[in-house]
This record gives sequence, structure tokens and C-alpha cells, in this order.
Amino acid sequence: MGDRLTASTMLQNEGKELTKEEKQRLRKEKKQHKKNKKDDKGPPEKEKEKEKASVPAPSKPATQSPAHKAAPAPVHASESAAAAEKPAKSKAELRAERRARQDSERTSKQGKKEGGQQSASSKPKATPNELQPVVKRLPEHVQVDDPAALKKLAKKLERQQVPLRSDYGYKVSLFSHLHQYSRKSPPTLQISIPATVIHPSIVRLGLQYSQGIIAGSNARSVALLHTFKQVIQDYSTPPNEELSRDLVNKLSPYISFLSQCRPLSASMGNAIKYIKKEISNIPSQCKEEEAKGKLQACIDSYINEKIILASEAISKYAIEKISDGDVILVYGCSSLVNHILCKAFEKQRKFRVIVVDSRPRLEGREALRRLVKKGIRCTYVLISALSYILPEVSKVFLGAHALLANGYVMSRVGTSQIALVAKAYNVPVLVCCETYKFCERVQTDSFVSNELDDPDDLIVTRNGKSHLENWQTVKSLGLLNLVYDVTPPDFVDLVITDLGMIPCTSVPVVLRVKNVDQ
Amino acid sequence: MPGADKETELSERIEAFLSELKRCGSGAGSLRGSAETARETTSLLRRITAQARWSNAGDLMEIIRKEGRRMTAGQPSETTVGNMVRRVLKIIREEYARSRGSTEEADQQESLHKLLTSGGSSEDNFRQHFTHLKANVIEAINELLTELEGTTDNISMQALEHIHSNEVIMTIGRSRTVEAFLKDAARKRKFHVIVAECAPFCQGHEMATSLSKEDIETTVIPDAAIFAVMSRVNKVIIGTQTVLANGGLRAVNGTHTLALAAKHHSTPLIVCAPMFKLSPQVSDTPFTRFSEILSKVNAHCPVFDYVPPELITLFISNIGGNAPSYIYRLMSELYHPEDHEL
Repeated sequence: MGDRLTASTMLQNEGKELTKEEKQRLRKEKKQHKKNKKDDKGPPEKEKEKEKASVPAPSKPATQSPAHKAAPAPVHASESAAAAEKPAKSKAELRAERRARQDSERTSKQGKKEGGQQSASSKPKATPNELQPVVKRLPEHVQVDDPAALKKLAKKLERQQVPLRSDYGYKVSLFSHLHQYSRKSPPTLQISIPATVIHPSIVRLGLQYSQGIIAGSNARSVALLHTFKQVIQDYSTPPNEELSRDLVNKLSPYISFLSQCRPLSASMGNAIKYIKKEISNIPSQCKEEEAKGKLQACIDSYINEKIILASEAISKYAIEKISDGDVILVYGCSSLVNHILCKAFEKQRKFRVIVVDSRPRLEGREALRRLVKKGIRCTYVLISALSYILPEVSKVFLGAHALLANGYVMSRVGTSQIALVAKAYNVPVLVCCETYKFCERVQTDSFVSNELDDPDDLIVTRNGKSHLENWQTVKSLGLLNLVYDVTPPDFVDLVITDLGMIPCTSVPVVLRVKNVDQ
Repeated sequence: MPGADKETELSERIEAFLSELKRCGSGAGSLRGSAETARETTSLLRRITAQARWSNAGDLMEIIRKEGRRMTAGQPSETTVGNMVRRVLKIIREEYARSRGSTEEADQQESLHKLLTSGGSSEDNFRQHFTHLKANVIEAINELLTELEGTTDNISMQALEHIHSNEVIMTIGRSRTVEAFLKDAARKRKFHVIVAECAPFCQGHEMATSLSKEDIETTVIPDAAIFAVMSRVNKVIIGTQTVLANGGLRAVNGTHTLALAAKHHSTPLIVCAPMFKLSPQVSDTPFTRFSEILSKVNAHCPVFDYVPPELITLFISNIGGNAPSYIYRLMSELYHPEDHEL
């Protein structure tokens, strides 16, 4: 007991003089002790202290000082346990050994850490004329098979007080690196009401995403932007904080929550990047009301320019490509393609439409409804009837979820199949896509980055029997419900964007032009 | 009179068979496999041979041709019926020729020499009467029935020659032949099967559950994902409804897309089809059914797809493996050219 007091005062004195390096070393010591003493069944107080210290440990440098006041205490506690277990070595010898070990570890780790920090900071500084360094962090949602990444995510979500959503059902081995959620267990189940950490309109939006009520790349982006407008409206800067920094920090848990509900789409990612940039560019002397008004105006103009006006421009280009007597094939429900067809019909073009649909989403029915309401003559088939119907078709119009930097088109699953069979029958394939969906990723197959939807959607009842009802009980049976696939650029003849009509391979050029503009 | 009773009984059986065919056709998918249909057709033809009144081969062929036309008209998509009728006709011709004493080989092959020299022998109108013709024909039909019963086993026996371990195999819809093929291979090798469900009837679901019960790793995918997963597939093994004379297929809808995707990735496409599915038709008019017509919309629901022979790598049948370019030769061994039109 007395031993403890003197040692603790010694350490506290040391604490006043501790430099930043010493603090880091102490943190590592603590972590090392936690690993070594895993089986040590110490008294519960020691464990409680350790936990209190470990939670603020990965936090930002601003909160280091209170953390380290607590750090010496558990370090000391484990030290005493060590001393009790190994009476042979003296305490001073143990401490010296530990310090030597930590020194060597620290030098090697700091080397790595600084390298990482440098590359992260160099990215935004590099001008578009230089080749950018390729050190990009791998997004979390394609690292489900890596337990370290999962643990990191769990810790981050715990810190942000966002509920973690667990995977559901047996995952096909080829896709074990992706999440697979069930629609029956939305992440909002674990949120307390009223939601204190997450803004209620964000909770509502997340629920709409996870249940599939809002679907489609444009719809999701517009809903996100409107919700952010609401959030900005309700936001008030806390004292001693700057709006430009604090608002961005406030938005991070919301974004984590939304990506737990449903992985973010490329268009949503670009929109979020834009908003964050706009927020951080708010000058610090700007008054709060003025800043909020400015941000809302920015969001409005983004939606107007990138989505609404872009679709007008794309329709104008696309209508030139539709001639009288055409038979046009469309797949699923793309808001942009539907808009183009309605505009063309208003301009008195004579054509008819074949809507191709696929299980399990059956989005083509929605497109069919919209087109028939307008008065366009339509035919409806499932995707397996594609080779039957293609000899009649003169053009294929496809929508896109994102256009990747190597020219591949990422879109709803089944699009690549349509492009393949259309190519075999020599029917031109036109992809319509706004420029805000262009994305810097590259991908060559549909496996490495995709989204797995609820596998129970594949279950269907025919003639009163549903064979897959108890698929969970059968050990070797798996259901795969992919959401996206990538179409190689040689299947696509033309991409119609708001900047004009370009070939698929010109996507990186457009990206570079956009970066220079910004 | 005993003869009349037999005849009425016979016509009752034929009627029952016809109505069963029609009923099967209007349901979703086939309620019974084509092997069963082939067997029942052949037993019915044997019964006709045994019980109908005929005095020479020509009469018998006329009767069988007439019944055959009625049966194929009842369900035009079920081609095995017509195929079995043609097989039996060929059997009758062979037995007749054997009874007359001439060799079969010379009659079958059409050569330039035959065209120039003989000319007359093919106009034989089969009017000669032979006492043992009936017994011979019935015996030959029994042999045919035995062959039919063993087809699935013969095909499954070849499974291990074509499937190695840790393969990913893709299939579509439900084929009993492919099911038996894969189950046989699974007894000795471990591999993974991806089944495309084949909307709207979704027969793929049944196939997947039955395969997974044998401990085969199975995954069900919707039809839209066929091209997306094709890059990881090592082989595509499918069944078919009919094999056409040019080596093409008439198979369940979605097969043409599957074949194109396999061609794009240079994945071999293997068709498991017993010989009784081989049909003398060449090209195809799609068989369509119209389902729920909304007031302004046409909906199409084709049941079958035509797959051209250049997309197919191999045919596995009960007599071994063959390339699509060889199918026309097999056809000439099974059917007589005059029976191509019933």
C-alpha cells in the first residue's frame, strides 16, 4: 500500500515533465501490458481503470492531457501486479527493460507513422499536373474479412455512438469481404428515442435507405443533400469552436450511420466531398447565420447544376440520337433514362420502348408505370428473354450508377449482360450518366467492390411451394443477391454526359478537367 | 369381340396419354422429365404394335405415323414424342429389311453411287408380309426401352472425366440429367456449383436445394448476375430440351445469354443430353406464352431459347462425348430421312 503511494507520486512528477514522445511511449506501454496481462485475473478495479483509459486512447491530440493523467495509474497498477508475480526481478530492472523495448518499438513505429501522415497530407496539396501518390486508404466496406479492420470500425463506431450492424446469413465464399445485411434488422433498432447523437432526419433517411424506400443513385444523393440542409439549419456552433471545423466533425458520425444502413454510393461520396470542402472553406470571421445561408445556397446550386440541369443537357444530346421508328430497350428504372424518353416523346418522336426487368428487385415495373402513364407504347420482358427480344431492338439506353476511371461502367446487376448480348446482335449501346457520378476508382470485375443485398429476397413462392424457404438450415446452400456489376468499355458505344457525348475511355480526361476546375 | 375391346382399350390409352401431354404443357415447367415422356411414348407404341390390326410393315408404319402426328400436335414443344415415333419407324424399316434379307448398311447410306445405280430400292412400299415381323419389332422396341432406362446412368458415369476438384461449375434452371451428373461427380470430388434461377418459373431453386442436400456447395443467383459471376466459373454444364440437327439447342430461356457470356470468357459450355432428345428440326420459332396483358403493354414470356452450335463446346450423351459438328451424323444413324416429316 505504501509502496504504491510513493511509486504513484514518482510517476505523477514524471508526468508533469513528460514530452509528447514520452506520452506516446506510455500509451504503448499500456497497450503492451494489456496484451501481456490478458489472462491475469486482477481485481475488477484495475480492469475498470484500464477500460476508462483505453476508450479515450485513440482520440485526437486535443484530449490527450486528461487521458494521460489516467494512464500512469493503470500502468502503475499493472506494474505492481507484475512486481507481485515476479519477485525475482526488481521493479527498477523491469522498468528499464520495458523502456528499452519501448524505445526500439517507438523508433520503428514513428518512422512508419510519419510516412503515413506525410502521404495523407500530401494528397490535397498535390496539383493535378503531378501524378498523385497512390496511398489511398481502402474503404471499410470491402474489408469485412479482415478482423483488424472490423475491430477498428467497431471502435470508431463506439466512439461516435453509432450502432454497429451485424451481418446476416451464410455468405458465399467469393464475397466474404463484403457486408451482407438483412432488411428485417435495421440499424435503427438499437438507437434510443429521442436520438441525441444522430439528428432525427438522418435516422429517418438511414431507415429509408436500408428498407429500400429511397433507391436509385440520383434519388439517394438528392435526399442526402436535402437532409444535410436540414442538419445545417438546426446546427448551432458551440462556444469556442469554429463552424468550419466543428460542423465537419458533427457530420462524421452521421455519415458512418448512413453507411451502416447502406454502403454509400459513388454519387453520394462525391456530394459529401463537395459539402465538406464548402464547409471548410467558410471564412472564420463569417457570422453563423450568414454561413448557414451560404451553405444552403451551395447545396441548392449543387443539386440544380449537377442533377437537374445536367439531365436537361443530357436529354438534349440524347434526343438527337432517337429517330422515328426506333425500338429502344431500357433496363430497370433509371431516372435519367426515363426523363430522356419522356422528353423525346414530348418532342413528338415516334418510338416504342421495351422494358427489361430482373428479379428480385423488379424495378422495371416502376419504369413501365411511368412510361405508360406518359402514353409511350411499351413492351415488358424479363432479362432471360433478352435474346428473344433483341432482334427487334434498334438502340439500347442504359443508366449508370458510377463511371470508373478505367472506363468501366458500374451499374445495376444485369447491365453488363444486356450490353454483352446487344453487342452480339450489333445493337448500339448508349450509357447516360451525369458527370458528378464519375469516380476515381478502378475496377475490372464485379467481385472486389460490390454490395450484397438481403439474400432472403431471392425466396419466391411458385405454385404454393417455396423451395428456398429454409435455406439457412441447409449447410451448403448460399443465396447471392448482388446489387451492382461492371460493364467493360468495349461493350459500350457512347456515353452521354452533360459535357457532351464521349467514348467510355475519356472518363479520366473529364475527371482531370473537373479537378482543375475545382 | 376381343379384337374390338382391345382396340377401344388401345384408343382409350392413347387418349389418356394425349390429354396428359396437353396438361403437362400448360403447367409451369415440366411436371415430368423428358425421359419419362420418352419411355411412356415408347411403351405406348409397343402396345400399338402389339394390339392394332395390321398385316404388313407399310400398314404398321401408317398407323404409327398417324398416331405420332396426333401426339405431336397435342404438345408441339415436347419433341421427345416425335423423336420416339421416328425411332420406332426406323426400327420397323430395319426389321423389314432384315427379314427381306438385304443388309442394313446399304440401305442407310446415301451415296453418289446409290443415287446413280439403284434408284428403285428406296421406293419399296413395305407391302410384303412376314410372320415374325411383329415379334422382331416388339423385341427391338424392348431393346430401345432398355436403352432409354439406362441413359441417365450412362451420362452420369462420364462425370468424373469432365469435372476436376475445386472447380466452379455453373448451370441454369433444372435438368434431371445434369443433377444426376453432378451428384455422381460429387461422390468423389469436391466442387462448387452456381445455379441461375431462371425466372419466372424459378426451377433453379429446386435444383439448388436438391444439390445442396448431397452436400455440394451451391449458390443461387438471379439471372441478371450471370455475366457478373461468369469470370470465376470454370465450366458451364447445362441440360436442354431438344438438340437440333445443326448442333444447336432449344433450351430453357436465358441459355443463350449464358452461352454468350461463356463464350466471352472462353469458358467451355458442356451440354448433357441423352440421344432421344436429338430432333431432325433445324432452326427454331420461339415458343411463346402471353401472360397478364395490361391494357397498353405487351408482355412476352418465351419459354425456350435457341442457342447456335458455335457457342457449344461439347455434347455429353449416353453414347459418349461429341462435338456439335458431329450431331448431323448421329442423326442419320438414328432416324431415316423419310421420317423427318411425320
